[in-house]
Amino acid sequence: MGKLGEAGLAATAGPARTLGMEGECRASQARSWGLPAGGAGGDSPGGDAPLPGSISSSSLLQAEVLDLDEDEDDLEVFSKDASLMDMNSFSPLMPTSPLSMINQVKFEDEPDLKDLFITVDEPESHVTTIETFITYRIITKTSRGEFDSSEFEVRRRYQDFLWLKEKLEEAHPTLIIPPLPEKFIVKGMVERFNDDFIETRRKALHKFLNRIADHPTLTFNEDFKIFLTAQASEFSSHKKQGPGLLSRMGQSVRAVALSMRGVKSRPEEFMEMNNFIEIFSQKINLIDKISQRIYKEEREYLDEMKEYGPIHILWSASEEDLADTLKSVASCIDKCCKATEKRMSGFSEALLPVVHEYVLYSEMLMLTEEIGKLEDKVECANNALKADWERWKQNMQNDIKSAFTNMAEENILYYEQCLATWESFLTSQTDLHLEEASEDKL
Amino acid sequence: MEQAAPDPERLWQPAPLEPLSHPDAGLESMVGEETKGARDEGPGDGTMTENNFSLKKIEISVSEAEKRTGRNAMNMQETYTAYLIETRSVEHNDGQSVLTDSLWRRYSEFELLRNYLLVYYPHIVVPPLPEKRAEFVWHKLSADNMDPDFVERRRIGLENFLLRVASHPILCRDKIFYLFLTQEGNWKETVNETGFQLKADSRLKALNATFRVKNPDKRFIELKHYSDELQSVISHLLRVRARVADRLYGVYKVHGNYGRVFSEWSAIEKEMGDGLQSAGHHMDVYASSIDDILEDEEHYADQLKEYLFYAEALRAVCRKHELMQYDLEMAAQDLASKKQQCEELATGTVRTFSLKGMTTKLFGQETPEQREARIKMLEEQIKEGEQQLKSKNLEGREFVRNAWADIERFKEQKNHDLKEALISYAVMQISMCKKVGFGFSEGTSIFRSAGKFL
Repeated sequence: MGKLGEAGLAATAGPARTLGMEGECRASQARSWGLPAGGAGGDSPGGDAPLPGSISSSSLLQAEVLDLDEDEDDLEVFSKDASLMDMNSFSPLMPTSPLSMINQVKFEDEPDLKDLFITVDEPESHVTTIETFITYRIITKTSRGEFDSSEFEVRRRYQDFLWLKEKLEEAHPTLIIPPLPEKFIVKGMVERFNDDFIETRRKALHKFLNRIADHPTLTFNEDFKIFLTAQASEFSSHKKQGPGLLSRMGQSVRAVALSMRGVKSRPEEFMEMNNFIEIFSQKINLIDKISQRIYKEEREYLDEMKEYGPIHILWSASEEDLADTLKSVASCIDKCCKATEKRMSGFSEALLPVVHEYVLYSEMLMLTEEIGKLEDKVECANNALKADWERWKQNMQNDIKSAFTNMAEENILYYEQCLATWESFLTSQTDLHLEEASEDKL
Repeated sequence: MEQAAPDPERLWQPAPLEPLSHPDAGLESMVGEETKGARDEGPGDGTMTENNFSLKKIEISVSEAEKRTGRNAMNMQETYTAYLIETRSVEHNDGQSVLTDSLWRRYSEFELLRNYLLVYYPHIVVPPLPEKRAEFVWHKLSADNMDPDFVERRRIGLENFLLRVASHPILCRDKIFYLFLTQEGNWKETVNETGFQLKADSRLKALNATFRVKNPDKRFIELKHYSDELQSVISHLLRVRARVADRLYGVYKVHGNYGRVFSEWSAIEKEMGDGLQSAGHHMDVYASSIDDILEDEEHYADQLKEYLFYAEALRAVCRKHELMQYDLEMAAQDLASKKQQCEELATGTVRTFSLKGMTTKLFGQETPEQREARIKMLEEQIKEGEQQLKSKNLEGREFVRNAWADIERFKEQKNHDLKEALISYAVMQISMCKKVGFGFSEGTSIFRSAGKFL
C-alpha cells in the first residue's frame, strides 16, 4: 500500500472482529499511520483471522445486525450538511476532455479495441542468503507501435509493483491509481507464503496491472511500459533513479484535490464526492466483512455436510430393504456437496476479490485533510480529477453489479442442480415403489 | 394378556399368542384397530389395519397442550404441561364422528402407561414416547422443555404414540390403555393396583442374564446386534444433522446483513439505487427463509428419533428373552442336580459333593429310614421341578413365537416408515430449492437491469 508516513495513503484496518462491523468503519475515520495490518478480512478467504468465540448462535448474528444500527452515527455527520441532502440532484459530471471520453469508451466498453493484454502467473519462490521472496511472471501482448515487440515476458516481485504504484502516483497525482493487495500478512496465517495467500495476491496483482492498462491515461505511462518490458538488469538500474522532483508536491496536490473538508471554499461537487466516498467506504467495508464471513460459514457448512452423506452409507450396511434408498440419499447429499463447492469457488473467484479491491480503493480515497496549503493548485486538479472520478465510479458500479449478479447466478445454478438431484431420487423411489407393488400382485 | 383386563389375582402369564391373520373372535375391547387421528406428521398407519372385524372405529387425537401449575408429591409447586386427549367414535357407515371422551393427561402419565405395557407385554415391541428432554438440538433456543415449539412437537409425538398403540393388534385391546383414554380420575390408582411394578424384572437381573446365558436363540442375538447398530447410526445421523442445520442457519443469517448495507448504500447511488434496494430486500427474504426450512427439518428429525427409541424397545424384547432363557437354564440345571442327588442316594454312590454327604461322613451314616425320607422328598421336588421346567419351556416357546411375530410386524412398519421419512426429506429439499432459487432469480433480474451504462 505504500511507504509509511505517506501523506495520501492511510490504511486503517482495525482488528478483524466478530461483531460490530461498524467497528471497522469507525476505525476508518480515526486514521492511523501505522502498518496496514492486513485489511478488513485478510487476503485469503481461507486465512481469515480466527474470530474469537464460537460464532454459531443466532444471538451473535443478530447482534451483528443490531450493531449496524450504530452506523447511523456515521451518516449523521453528513446529513447535517444541507447541501448534501438531495442526492438525486447529483448529476454525473461530464468529462471535459473529448479525448478522455473517447478513451473511456474505447477501453472499457469495447474490449475488441484493447491493444494491451497482460497476464500475471507462475509464482516462483526464490531463496537467497538474505531473504526468500516470490516472483511472478508477467506476459504482455500488444500491438502498439511504441513497444519494441509484440510479446514480452518478465519476472517481477511485490516490491517492483510497489515501485510502479509510487511512480504512477507521482506522475499522476490527481488520478485514482488502482490499489495493490496488502503488503503484509493477515494475522492468523501460519506460514508467510501459503498457497492461498500467494494465489490471492497473484490475482490481485493481475487485476492491478490490467486496471492500469485499461485506464485511458495511465496506460501510456512510461514507467508502466518499462515495468512490463524491461529485463532484470535494465529494470533494476531504472528503478535506482530517485523520486521525481515533483513527487512531494504532487502528493500534497493530490491530498488536497481528493479531500476538501475543512477548506473554506468548497466546490459542491467535491463535497458530494467526498460524501459518496465516505459512505461508500463504510458500506464496502461492511460488505467485505460480510462476504468473508459468509465464505467462512459456507466452508464450515460444507465440512459438516461431507460427514452427513457417509452416515447413510454406514446405515445401509445394517439394513436390507432400506439399503438402496439410503445409498441413494447418500449419493444425493454427495452431489449437493459438490454443487456447494462449485458455488463457493465461484464466490471466492468473482465476489471476494472484487469487493476487497474496492475496500482498498476506498481506503485510498478516504484521505485525511491537508488543509489549504496549495489551494491555488486545486483549480487545475479539478477537471482531471472529475473525469477520473466519474470513470472510477462507473467502473465501480459495473464491477459491483457484475460481482453480485454472478453470485446470484451461482446460487441459482446451485439450487437448480440440487433440485435436479433430489427430483431424480424421488422419481427413482416412486418407480421402485411401483415395481414392488406390481411384484406383490404377482 | 388375554383380552380382558389383567387380573392381579391371576398368576402372571405371557400374552396368548395370536397369529396376526386370525383375529380373535371374542372381542371385548372397545378400542378398534383402525384409527385415524389428526396427525401432522405421518409415520404411517400401523400396517396391521387390514383387520376390520371391529364394529367401531375410533379416532384419537392429542389436540391441545396447556401449561398448568400444581403441587407435586413433595407438596412443592411445579409447572407442567397437560395434554388434551380426545377420542371420537366413527360410525362405520356414514363416517361421522362423535366425541366420546376427552380428558387431560400429563407426560408422566404417558410414561406410566408405557411402563405398564412394557411389563405386561414383554414380547411386544412397545411404541416409544417422544423424548423427555430435547436432545440433538441444533440451536440453543430449542433445549427448553417449556419452549412452545418443543411442546408442540411433543404433542404430536404423544398423539403418534397413542395411535401406534391403538393400531397394534394386541396392545389396542388392553383395558388399562382403554381406561387411559376414557377414565380421567383414578386411572393412576387403577394402574398401580395391577401391581405391575412388582412384576417388573430388575435391571440387575436382566444384566446378569445377558452374561450367563448358555444357549441363547441366535435370532435374538442378531436382533440385539441390529438394534445396537440402529441406535448408534441414528444417533450419529441426528448429531450431524443438527450441526449441519446450525451451519446452514449461519450462512443464511449472515446474508441478511447484506440487506441492510445495500439498502443504506442505495441512498447514495443514482443509477444503481433501485437495484441495490431490490437486492437488499431479497437478501432479507433469503435470510428469513431459513427458519421455516429448519422447522420442517425438525419434523424429519422427530421421525428418525422415534426409531432411535424403537431400537431401545427392540432391545428390551431381546433382554426379556435372555432372562427367560436364563431362568430356564437355571431351572434345568437345578433339576439335573436334584436327580443326580437322588440317584446317588438310591445307589449309595457319592459322586457329587453335598452337605448331607459331608455331614454323614463326619457324624456317621444316616439310618435307612432317614435316607428313604430324603429320597422321597427329592422325588417330590423332582416331580415339581419337571412340571415347572415343562411350563417354563412352553412359556419360552410361546414367547419366542409371539415375539418373533411382532418383530416381523415391526420390521415391515419400520421399513415403510423410514422410507417415507427419507422421501419426505427429499421433498423438503426440493421445495426449498425451488423457493430459494426462485428468490434469487427474482432478486437478480431487477439488479441486473437497473442502471445500465449508457
